[in-house]
Parts: sequence; C-alpha cells; structure tokens
Amino acid sequence: MSDQEKKSVLLEIKDLKIEGYSDEKWIEIVHGIDLTLHRGEVMGLIGESGAGKSTIGLAAMGFTRDGCRISNGTVLFDGMDLTTATRAERRALRGSRIAYVAQSAAASFNPAHKLIDQHTESALLHKVNTKSESEEDAIELYRRLRLPNPEEIGFRYPHQVSGGQLQRAMTAMAMSCRPDLIIFDEPTTALDVTTQIEVLAAVRDIVDQFNTAALYITHDLAVVAQMADRIKVLLKGDEVEEAETRKMLADPEEDYTKSLWAVRSFKREQKPPPAANETPLISVKNVSAAYGPVKVLDGVSFDIYRGQTVAVVGESGSGKSTTARCITGLLPPSEGEILYDGSPMPPRYQDRSKDQLRQAQMIYQMADTALNPKKTIGEIIGRPLQFYGGLRGADLKKRVDQLLDQIELEPSLYYHRLPSELSGGQKQRVGIARSLAAEPSFIICDEVTSALDQLVAEGILRLLDRLQKELNLAYMFITHDLATVRSIADVVVVMKEGKVVEMGPKDEMFKPPHHEYTDLLLSSVPEMDPDWLTNLLESRGVDNIGEAAHQKKA
Amino acid sequence: MLTFVIIYYAFLILACCVAAYYKYRTALLLLFTLLCVSLISGLLFGAEVLVNITICVALLAAAAGLSYSFRESLIQVLPPEGAKLMRTAPLTASFGLLVIIAYVIAAVFAPLIAPFGEAEVVGGSFAPPDDVMLLGGDQLGRDLFSRLIYGARNTVGIALMTTAIAFIVGTLAGLVAAQMGGWVDQVLGRIVDTLMAIPQLIFALLLLTIVGTSVLNLTLVIALLYSPLIFRLARAVAGNIVVMDYIEAARLRGESTWYLITKEVLPNITAPLAAEFGLRFCFVFLAISALSFLGLGIQPPTADWGSMVRENATLISFGEVTPLIPAAAIALLTVAVNFVVDWMLHISSGLKE
Repeated sequence: MSDQEKKSVLLEIKDLKIEGYSDEKWIEIVHGIDLTLHRGEVMGLIGESGAGKSTIGLAAMGFTRDGCRISNGTVLFDGMDLTTATRAERRALRGSRIAYVAQSAAASFNPAHKLIDQHTESALLHKVNTKSESEEDAIELYRRLRLPNPEEIGFRYPHQVSGGQLQRAMTAMAMSCRPDLIIFDEPTTALDVTTQIEVLAAVRDIVDQFNTAALYITHDLAVVAQMADRIKVLLKGDEVEEAETRKMLADPEEDYTKSLWAVRSFKREQKPPPAANETPLISVKNVSAAYGPVKVLDGVSFDIYRGQTVAVVGESGSGKSTTARCITGLLPPSEGEILYDGSPMPPRYQDRSKDQLRQAQMIYQMADTALNPKKTIGEIIGRPLQFYGGLRGADLKKRVDQLLDQIELEPSLYYHRLPSELSGGQKQRVGIARSLAAEPSFIICDEVTSALDQLVAEGILRLLDRLQKELNLAYMFITHDLATVRSIADVVVVMKEGKVVEMGPKDEMFKPPHHEYTDLLLSSVPEMDPDWLTNLLESRGVDNIGEAAHQKKA
Repeated sequence: MLTFVIIYYAFLILACCVAAYYKYRTALLLLFTLLCVSLISGLLFGAEVLVNITICVALLAAAAGLSYSFRESLIQVLPPEGAKLMRTAPLTASFGLLVIIAYVIAAVFAPLIAPFGEAEVVGGSFAPPDDVMLLGGDQLGRDLFSRLIYGARNTVGIALMTTAIAFIVGTLAGLVAAQMGGWVDQVLGRIVDTLMAIPQLIFALLLLTIVGTSVLNLTLVIALLYSPLIFRLARAVAGNIVVMDYIEAARLRGESTWYLITKEVLPNITAPLAAEFGLRFCFVFLAISALSFLGLGIQPPTADWGSMVRENATLISFGEVTPLIPAAAIALLTVAVNFVVDWMLHISSGLKE
C-alpha cells in the first residue's frame, strides 16, 4: 500500500439524519452530521448521553437500532453507500471490513461458547481464514494485546476471565478479519481505572499496527485525548465542533466545549478534622464478612464523623460495596460490629428499629433500578415520609414539594411523572430526595455518579455538597473515580481485596509517598494531556500498568 | 356454473396483475397462492369447491372488514390513552376483542336473547332447524340455540371465576416465595412440585369423585390444579424484580412483606400475568368442557358447551353438524382470547416491529 492509499478517505458521512419512533411519531434525533474519516485515523466522538454518539457510530455500519431509521444523507464506506446497499451487501461488510466493540464485553460475549470459538466465527463466516489459521491468528492477537497466557486464554469461557481481559479479547475479535474500520462504543466505561489503562494502551497499539481507522465513542474527555487524532463534539444530535485533538484541548472555540473542559474543576476544601473527643457517627469496627465460604472483608475498620465525607476507593471486588452492605445490615458481618453514635447496632437489618433504619440511607449507582418504574416521583419520595413520619394528604404533598425544591426539580412538573420520563441525572436526584425524606444523619452513596455524564455528575456532586452543609449529613462515598474523591472527600479509605490498605485525610492522600497500590490507582487516572498515556507507558513500561502490575506484586 | 368459474378465474388473474403492477408484494403472493390452490382443487374436486372457497374468502374478508371498522371506531370513541393503545392493535386483536365482547353480551343478557329457557322442551328430539328453533333441537327436544346462549353464561362464567381464584392463590404464593426466599420458598416450591407431578385430568377426576360434583367443587378443584402453574410464573417474574435496588431500598426502610409484594413487586409484573391470564383462561375453559364431556363437570340440565357436545355426539354418525356448533363456540372463543393475548404479549415485550 502506498502512502497515499494509506491516507485515503475511508468513511464519508454526509448530512446524516436519523429519526427515532416514539409516541407514534418519528422524531429526528440526529440532525445532519458530516463526518470524514481517513484510513488509519482515529476519530473521537464525545458528548453527553442523548447526543447521538452511539446512533452515529452504528449508522457508520449502515445499522440503526430497533425503532430508528436513517431518514436522510449518505454513508459512504470506501465508495459504497450503506444507506442504499442491500441487506446482504451490508452483512458482507460487517465483521469483515467494519467491526464493532461494545461497551459491555461481558454482555456481548455469548456465555455458552469459548472465546476463541466466538473469535473465529466471523473469519469463518466471511471465508477469510480456515478454522486453524484463524485460531493461530487469535493467539497472535491475544499476544499482541498482552493478554496473559495467550495460547490458553482463548479456550476459556467468558465468565472465566476478568472484565479488562474480556474487553481486550473483544478488541482482538474485532480485529479477526483485519477490518478497515472499528467502532469502539465506550469500550472502557465499565472498567476500573487500572484495567482501563491497559485496554487503552492495547487498543491504541493495535489500531496503529494495522493502520485501522476507528471511531472512538466516549463521554470521558481524558480518555478520548489519549486515543483520538481528531475529536468531534456532539450535542443533542448536532455537531458542536471538530478539530485536531491537541488544538481542541488547547483552544476549544464553542462555549459548550469549554464547559465540558471545565467540569473537572469542582473541588471542595477539606473540612477540619473532628475534635478528639467526638464520638464517630458510624464506626466500623474490625468487620469481616463472607459470602458463603468466600471471605470478602477482612478486619475492616474506619470511622465516619458528623458532617464529613469518607470516600472509599478501590477496584471492583475490593469489598467497597460489601462494607456498605454490612453497615446497612443486608449482610451480617461474621466478625466485628457496627457502632452508631457509640452504641452497637443489630447486625441484621430485620432486627433494627425503625429509627435505626431511618438514620442510615442509601443512594444507588443505577438510578434506573433504584426507582420503581411503576410509581410516580411523588409516590417514591412520599413513601418514606408516610412510613416514618406518618404524614398524609396535604402535609405529605407539601413536604414532597419541599424536597423536590431541595433537589432543584420543579414540583408542579415532576410530581406526577414516572421515572422513565426523567433523564439519568434527574433520576439520581429523585434517589437523593428519597433518602433525604427519611431525614437521615448518614447517607451511603454507592458510585452515584459513575453512570452519569461529567456535566451531570458535577451537578449531583454540587447538590450533595450543598445538602451536606445544610443538613450536617455524613456521607460514605463509594467510588472508583478519583476525580470524584478529589472534589468531595474529607477522608479517603483505600481498599484492596477486602482490606483497608491506606487511610487518611484527603490532602495527605494525594501527596506522595503512597502505599504502592494507592500509587498504582492514582497514576492510572487519565489526564487531559494527550501525551499522558505515552509518557506513562514510557516511564513505567507496559508491564507495570493495570492487572499486570498487580500480578507482578502478588 | 360455467359463468361463475370463468368470472372466478378472470377476477383472480386480474387481481394478481393489479397487485403485481402496483408492487403489493404480500397481496400478490396471497392472491397467486389462492389462484394455484383453486386451479388444483378445481381440477381435482370439480367446480363446487370454488364456490366454497369463495364463501370462505368472503367470510374472512367480512371478518377482517368488521375488525377494521371496529378498531377504527374504537380509536375515535375511546379517550386518548385507549385510542393510542388501540392504534397498536393488529386486526387479529381487534377481531378477538369483538368476539369476546359478543360472548360477554350473550352471557350477561342470556335470558333476553334466548327465545326459550335452558331446560325448556320445545319440540321433538333432534328436531331439524326451522323458524322456531334456529339451530334445531337436541336429544330431548330443547332449543339448541337457547342452550348455546345459556352455555356462554355457565361455561365462560365458571371458567372466569376459576381462573381468577387460581390467579389470586398462585400469584400471592409465588410473590411470597420470591420475596421471602429461604425455607418458605422451598416449602411452597415442593408443594407445587407434588401437585404438578400428578396428571391434571386424572387428578381432577379423582378429586371430583371424592368431593362430589357441584359447581363450587368444580371451581375449587380446577383452581387448585391450575394455581401451581401460575405460582411458577409469578415466582419467576417476581424473581427478576425482587433483586432490584428499589426493592432493597424498601426492605431497608423496614417495609412489611405484604407492602413489598403488593405495592412494589406486583405493579411490575402485571403485563406477563395478564397475558398468562388470557392463556390460562382458555385452558381452564377447555378443562371444564372436557370434564363436562366426561360427565363430571357441569351437571344437567344446566347448559354448557362441553356436555352439549357429548349429548349430541350420536348425530355425528348421521353426518349432522349440530354437535360441532358448541365445539365451534369453544374454538372461536379460544382463538379470540389468544389473539388478544398475543397482542398484549407483544406490547409487554416492548418490540417495535
């Protein structure tokens, strides 16, 4: 391939309009997008949810979701218009020349087949390779993506490998026919920071090696800064602006882009430590817990004081959420106890009094599953008031309206709505209102912002901060996002494999020297600098990031 | 006859051409299939078959037209919510609704519609149809048409009640099992396994022989036999709901099990349960008819469709269709209910195409 061919235009989308069917009407959700992608180029598509990123990504394959249609425009892939191509023609392209990597590899792999069988499937289907050739190729790709035991890992089932490995195996699968274009739809959003960095490095590497073009869809700016050559910012189906990555980061033109860039600025001052003789509101004392024979918590102890925020950080499986389950009484600890205001609480929630239950409330990660879809917002927020306070009729309505005001939702508009009629951020606000309705002194926030866009997440954090000041609440903030910790925590607890590895006030925790695990966590958080990943890989080496680093130490 | 045959084929060929010209794919395929079928059966069985085919097609077209106009008028009449729902209804569903409504009217107003009483002897046994007895008489000379109308009331009413009892018992037990888990779930589950281990019809015959045949016993026995199936469904769908965070939030609030299952879980599983209700209703209905046919169901002289088939079964040997009329009434209702259930399942599945 000559240099000219290497840089030729691969994908050209012109004036693309997509409509979605809802309420018996076709509503335009993408309003005329132009996009040009050259061979070997990585284009980052960013925007909040509902911006149409994924819809455009799928349209680049000539595909629309159920209930959507392309109403206007052309999608030229290597000279062929996918909007007018027949089903068979499009099917021939997919998998062989255009591949797709979905957000959740765990949900996208078929759990009943081995990884390598799924890997070879499209190569066999498109008659690119024979089965044995394709298997050899898979092992080679696994090696290039630095999966552990490349010869053996393909013969495992999806549930037998970790999330980060699965995401890399999916990238390998997308490469199986050496496609010209790969669409990455938020491939690292569901992963921990330490795992994410490995996947990012692997994806960047492999795209580079095979001169593959890619559309990289994400809402994480720091991630896209590492991956993309050009960035296109989208808002509600419209293009805001497009530019080279460096130019975009250094000098965004539009106000919206600037506001996106500024999100990470929210930072609260650390509060002074509590007086020495103050009794902690919640005290976790030497708690161990197990699911059946599997021990998940091992002697965890920390204190939470009134009006303070304790951030518990760690990767998935480190026991953060289990600690919360022990505090709420869903999982009685096998050893140790939970003290509330100095006196021990019954280990099982069934044995706790109404008042004890009222004091500790929870806000969940997925607002979708945390609100009953068949109940109106008024009913959801009203129930704790009714249950604990015995409020009825007009009193109840008045108090719910107050709470809705507190979470900045207009009562007259939202009282009668169902959760499905709300956006993600609004749902999370309703979740907050429901816990406030119980008038607690302590709230557990379980990854409350990780399913939200950065702008929305910042709004939630500001709201929680304001409520803490007004109501003197104590928060236990479970998160794997260190930016959140930086903005809202007073005390940081780092957990790993069911143990507390380090604990201290925020200002100290973000300054070296660290425990080596804390150091690994901190160094894995992507930064907005486009050279960050390159520099990090250079300074630490590919074997000292993510899971590889863990295993080395183990 | 010759003119009819010529017109028949000419019309079909013309219709095919028109459909082909305007590119109505489905219509073309349908018409052409009909043409082929007519050609073959016409050659094999003679021209009379063509008349029958015409009648069948006309009946189907009439049913389709009726369903269409019924749906469109409902859309006009109903409030916006209902109209929106009706617009998603396929023709089959509106046909089903229409039939169900007709049955309900027949059941409710039976004494007004039926010309004679259900046990009234009007003419001679097996009297042929005439102006007085629209469908003729049965083996005792009672009016078949009147008994058909009263049969709607008895058969459908009892089936409805039975299904309702089975649903209340099965759903509550299923929800309790799903919500409480542990030994409660185990005990309820094993009881259900035991009930399901015995073949239903035989178990029903056994129980009815023990407790005796009365409408109340019949209802309770069949409800008991059908509740395990509903228990399993309710437990399975509720199992997906009780793991949701909002249920956990409610449990942590200290809510009672009764509140949890009725206020938090039940509203989320009504769609599959409603679909199952329609389906189960048909089975219960057939079970009652089967038991009546076997003589252990609804007792004479009460009219019901199952026993009407049995009473008139001897006529089959004489080539009469009379015993098939109550059977057709059963079949039509079953088909109608299933059309509506299909539609409801489609809605609850969330598919858009």
